Amino acid sequence: MCRPMSRPALAYIVGAFEHPTRDAGDKTLAQLQADVALGALADAGLGKDDVDGFFCGPDAPGTGPLSIADYLNLDLRHVDTTNTSGSSYLLHVAHAAQAIAAGKCNVALITLAGRPRTEGRGKGGLVRRDDPNQPDFQWEQPFGMQILNMYGMTAMRHMHLYGTTSEQLAWIKVAASHHAQHNERAYARDVVTVEDVINSPMVADPLHRLDCCVVTDGGGALVVTRPEIARSLKRPLVKVIGTGERPQHQQGGYFEITQSGAAWSGKTAFEQAGVRPADIKYVSLYDSFTITVLLQLEDLGFCAKGEGGRFVMDGNLISGVGRLPFNTDGGGLCNNHPGNRGGMTKIIEAVRQVRGEAHPAVQVANCDLALANGIGGQLGVRHASGTLILERE
Amino acid sequence: MNERVFIEPQPSAETEAFWHAAGEGRFLVKRCTACGKAHWYPRSHCPFCASADTVWEEASGEGVIYSYSVMRRAKPPYVMAYVTLAEGPTMMTNIVDCDPDGLSIGDAVTLRFVTTAEGAALPMFAPKAAAGVVDPAEERP
Ligand SMILES: [Zn+2]
Repeated sequence: MCRPMSRPALAYIVGAFEHPTRDAGDKTLAQLQADVALGALADAGLGKDDVDGFFCGPDAPGTGPLSIADYLNLDLRHVDTTNTSGSSYLLHVAHAAQAIAAGKCNVALITLAGRPRTEGRGKGGLVRRDDPNQPDFQWEQPFGMQILNMYGMTAMRHMHLYGTTSEQLAWIKVAASHHAQHNERAYARDVVTVEDVINSPMVADPLHRLDCCVVTDGGGALVVTRPEIARSLKRPLVKVIGTGERPQHQQGGYFEITQSGAAWSGKTAFEQAGVRPADIKYVSLYDSFTITVLLQLEDLGFCAKGEGGRFVMDGNLISGVGRLPFNTDGGGLCNNHPGNRGGMTKIIEAVRQVRGEAHPAVQVANCDLALANGIGGQLGVRHASGTLILERE
Repeated sequence: MNERVFIEPQPSAETEAFWHAAGEGRFLVKRCTACGKAHWYPRSHCPFCASADTVWEEASGEGVIYSYSVMRRAKPPYVMAYVTLAEGPTMMTNIVDCDPDGLSIGDAVTLRFVTTAEGAALPMFAPKAAAGVVDPAEERP
């Protein structure tokens, strides 16, 4: 790589922790929050009293960050509750880096915890918010708008415009399952074939059951800090070198649902980092559905628009086999999608890869540059893409 | 087959005129008189030029399927869709009175109001071939 040496270090991810549970019927949300927070701090070699910035989403129970700050007895001077659904945590890392650069905090803790299995909100991924103050409510809910059919329509239109096939989408799940077999904590560890995916029941045309992510309880947390503190710790240095975010919506009724916000968030992050898609050794891509991965590959520039179907075929996303290893923990499709929010686990596996701490069977050799991307909300109607580019120092 | 249960739309002060007209069988869209552009979903300020000079106008009820997805495991199954209206914008809706396996993106569709349990008229669409001309051969018992 040939890049200018003057590019400033934004911040470092020094702690990362994925909750081992996938079914947390025996724990409260606050306990899960504490588990992941203390797990990430222990990973960093820091304690709770080092934390002065706290970032969480609406999955944290209570009043914004206050209830969890109270529960953990944190002494804070900066809080952020940016909510773009599943991509929130990618934006939290970016906002933490900005807050650190602005001198607003030194050690930022970012948490996620959820229990959709225990609370029974997993079935079908139903989007049903009974709040008529939501301006879109009356134009969407009466028609049966659900997460499944929003992604279904996105996939259907991609197939129409570009000739993408169900077999091509299936390759994404196949690659994730090849990785999940090595992850003893993965919710679904069985290696599946293209035939298994396309023979699984159709849930929302053209998406099959195995095109959809798993529903799991659990969570994760990250610790982000300034360069001086990061260098004083004993962990490999994972530098955040580029960030980007982009909300995308229906634009008054003139939109293209096969274009995700990753086209914008990715461009911003790549420009800031001063690297190109071809430089990236590993990607964590949000995989609520197989089509989500396909759009991100195209919109982040790993292949041309419309070429995603051909790009993912023949194991091209499998570590050690293909050109672009993705989601080596098994991703949301097989491993874990805690709280129906996959952004946190995307970042955690990217950190493992850059540290060289992924499972040996899937660790990418010399993984000095990785990208993590999240798509929160729903493709097909309203979502926000968040991109992070991470570099080993 | 079970009767489909719809979530009621709950009209607001901003949208009451739409649902009132729908109840009378008229399908309205909002158009901005400042920039001339129609938008969806309807709102009081134009999403393009931000003018407050938006007016309701009766739409043609003609459109084409932008995309669709059949909810196979709903009881009964239904066809979620986006339809691009002749007036320009694309709206979220359902395709009804159709063979879900016979639909394609780009198919011409026409308006078909469907009434909820509480009497609200939801603007949905049916394939044009099926909605307009009835094949006499299919009329015979
Ligand atoms: Zn206007």
